[in-house]
Amino acid sequence: MGHGVKRKEDPRFIQGKGNYVDDVKLPGMLFLDFVRSPYAHARIKSINADKAKALPGVVAVLTGKDLVPLGLDWIPTLSSDKMMVLPTEKVVFQMQEVVGIVAEDRYTAADAVSLVEVEYEPLPAVTNPMKALEPGAPIVRPDKGTNHVFHWEVGDKAATEKLFSGADVVVKQELYYPRIHVSYMETAGCVADFDQVRGHLTLWMTTQAPHAVRTVAALVTKIPENNIRIISPDIGGGFGGKVYVYPGYIVAAVASIVTGHPVKWINDRSDDQPSTAFGRDWHMTAELAAKKDGTMLGVRIKTVSDHGAFFGDANPSKFPAGLFSICTGSYDLKGGFAEVDGAYTNKPLGGITYRCSFRVTEAVYAIERMVDVLAYKIGMDPTDLRMKNFIPSNKFPYKSIFGWTYDSGNYTAALKKAMDKIGYWDLRKEQAEKRKKGELMGIGVSSFTEIVGAGPSAQFDILGIKMFDSAEIRIHPTGKAIARFGTKSQGQGHETTYAQIIAEELGLPIEDITVEEGDTDTAPYGLGTYASRSTPTAGAAAAMASRKIRDKARKLAAHLLEAREEDLVWERGKFYVKGSPERAKTIQDIAFAAYTNHPPGVEAGLEAVDYYDPPNMTFPFGSYICVVDIDRGTGQPKVRRFVAVDDCGNIINPLIVEGQIHGALAMGFGTSFLEEIKYDEDGNVFGANFMDYLIPTAVETPKWETEKTTTPSPHHPFGAKGVGESATVGSPAAFVNAVVDALSQGGIPHIDMPLSPWKIWNALKEKGLAMEA
Amino acid sequence: MEGGKTKMHIAVTLNGKKYDADVEPRLLLVHFIRENLGLTGTHIGCDTSNCGACTVLVDGKAVKSCTVLAVQTNGKEVLTVEGLAKGGKLHPIQEGFWEKHGLQCGFCTPGMMMAAYALLQKNPSPSEEEIRRGISGNLCRCTGYVKIVESIQYAADKMMMAERKMEVPAK
Ligand code: FES
Ligand code: FES
Repeated sequence: MGHGVKRKEDPRFIQGKGNYVDDVKLPGMLFLDFVRSPYAHARIKSINADKAKALPGVVAVLTGKDLVPLGLDWIPTLSSDKMMVLPTEKVVFQMQEVVGIVAEDRYTAADAVSLVEVEYEPLPAVTNPMKALEPGAPIVRPDKGTNHVFHWEVGDKAATEKLFSGADVVVKQELYYPRIHVSYMETAGCVADFDQVRGHLTLWMTTQAPHAVRTVAALVTKIPENNIRIISPDIGGGFGGKVYVYPGYIVAAVASIVTGHPVKWINDRSDDQPSTAFGRDWHMTAELAAKKDGTMLGVRIKTVSDHGAFFGDANPSKFPAGLFSICTGSYDLKGGFAEVDGAYTNKPLGGITYRCSFRVTEAVYAIERMVDVLAYKIGMDPTDLRMKNFIPSNKFPYKSIFGWTYDSGNYTAALKKAMDKIGYWDLRKEQAEKRKKGELMGIGVSSFTEIVGAGPSAQFDILGIKMFDSAEIRIHPTGKAIARFGTKSQGQGHETTYAQIIAEELGLPIEDITVEEGDTDTAPYGLGTYASRSTPTAGAAAAMASRKIRDKARKLAAHLLEAREEDLVWERGKFYVKGSPERAKTIQDIAFAAYTNHPPGVEAGLEAVDYYDPPNMTFPFGSYICVVDIDRGTGQPKVRRFVAVDDCGNIINPLIVEGQIHGALAMGFGTSFLEEIKYDEDGNVFGANFMDYLIPTAVETPKWETEKTTTPSPHHPFGAKGVGESATVGSPAAFVNAVVDALSQGGIPHIDMPLSPWKIWNALKEKGLAMEA
Repeated sequence: MEGGKTKMHIAVTLNGKKYDADVEPRLLLVHFIRENLGLTGTHIGCDTSNCGACTVLVDGKAVKSCTVLAVQTNGKEVLTVEGLAKGGKLHPIQEGFWEKHGLQCGFCTPGMMMAAYALLQKNPSPSEEEIRRGISGNLCRCTGYVKIVESIQYAADKMMMAERKMEVPAK
């Protein structure tokens, strides 16, 4: 462990031999496409598909009415609400699937889509969640009778009130975390193959959680769970967007049942972007109370969250607002209160996606932004203010006011390292010089604390299924191994990382270990990969299963060496007799004996399964510093440098960890500067394809500079914490703080993301700071 | 539309192999490669010519194969990711991506490598800036690009070295 070994999965990807869902091709396979709604809110008066049906090559047409007898016109969401598969009465967002067309190939299906006539009666739409919660707003969900989804709160409201009224300083800022889309490079899709003779459904699909999908599919379709096989092949990025179950999967399965053929559905990008799960859309009013000297006292945040037409956040059941209660961040506070009200609007479902760690992105953004707002208010350097208020390293494990027990941390060390690396104080001097010349330069800091590794089963479940994860390892007679997991990589490199863990624990060469995930017929049950949970859960399970194998190996070695078990010493890859290292048996010798020469009273074989239920969450952290220059003529921000110091505990593969951090930083960069899905009042969507929704290219993406500190998790079997989302969670505040820092000389207190040149230029213009040609 | 369905005959050389086919004039090159020829290494990531996942070379030029009709390649030579490795030996670009961790999910990778291939043909020792511009038509959502740039630099160095060896015959 701790080595940057090259990834085991790469040879197939670099040779064009990956197996993504669109690469699956079965004999007689048909293709599914959808007629989608042009309206955000409209009653369906009629659907006429005669012309489509008459087109040669069209095999079937499916509407909501066809799903009713199967009980599949609505299905449960991951947050105990329900969602439409195909509408029977009205559509509730623009680009919603309305009619499924099944044809012999994708061109014919697309032709037929344009031949379907749907008559709509438009209804007033609501796209602003604040307005949705006002009396008299159009009701999105008549079955609910209200647009109010939930109210959630944490903390002591009255005590916080007192804390705030007694404070020397209170700062307040409205912060909008925009609606964004994960924009994985591979869109959602599936191939459904129903075997009518066996009554068996195989579904190749882009899912991050194959087992959970199987169980839910069994419950809603009444197909017995042993007759459903979910195969999640190579996935072209997931980032949370592929946890959800989309109508396409269900309609493809029904289409396969109806037609007796395998059916493929692959979303076009322009269909995927506006209809699959979004991230964020979180309207916050945040306040921070402090003493004059900068001692932070408490935090208060009121949020209205926009959930679209169905509350389907891929959240643990007991957490409607995700883990937003991590919003006290890295600071030792006296009190606080946070509340969230969810609203239904005429938009698609989502919320928990895009590497967000269950709403930790929003929480971290709020607190890290507010620390800077406070720093300006009291005229203190933002790094000094952070240092002053960090939870001291000797206070871990630390119980936060909202009830989390942070496992370990050393926040000062991480910030210090970032400051040294970037040359913080020199940059401040340079900034002062530039200011004199009227040049705009900003420095932004973010010292985030993440919460990942869901999770301890007492608190964490999804639809009742506990959030453990699993590993099954089998050692073959010749000492080679296969290991299977309940998680599912979407690019995170599990085939390498897990092999490294097992190699470390059992002393097998990495190349002798095959890692498999994603086939529910063979993999042990697990809840999948999202929220940076794989290393904290399945990675731990790999270590625990390896240790079970080692325990059995000890028995076998004792038999082979004619020694007592307690006299054997384990050294990576072998047992030897204490005091005589030449009397040794390697793990390969032992594996062979497990099948050829096992002692009486010991079962043959060498394998183990482990279902790992973590005792606590893990709390990765880090400090990021961003330097930005802004062109006063155009408003164009340019990130000059970005230093990221991450602490994710002990690292299995530094190369993979660095890659994860880079990728997540680029996502945070996109969020901060480029990306937003917007709606107008009528519910027309903007940002529905890659022409309108800008994701970073190599040209504007900064050159990341990374460093680490290492504070192991005390409760994880090998001290790891998880890292996949740290940088998406931590970086937006650094970017925004940097831009606002640059603009602060003009008295501009805040700009909401994305920080487009246009927005920045307008803010400058308002203050008379823009340079005009 | 009906007229669009009358098939046309094309002869295309793909990765050095000649293919004859009757295709609809509207068939996109990417679908021809993936579905008619069964080479699924070339991917589709969008429908607006923005992502570059479908990048291949046609007569040595990098093109987005989702924006070219199969019939336009009649009589031409196409190179896809499957044609990069020769005789079981990885191309330096492939080596670079593996060595420098230039990929994660791998979905953008074939297109990215083909764009890099075209870039290095034109400019064998590009600067970082030139590499970034050279792949600006290719989106990657996983890597944050730094490692992709390093992968291409690795390949450039390796290819230059091989070139030099060829120029200076061993004594
Ligand atoms: S598929 Fe996106 S550019 Fe061709
Ligand atoms: S490696 Fe996943 S999109 Fe580039």
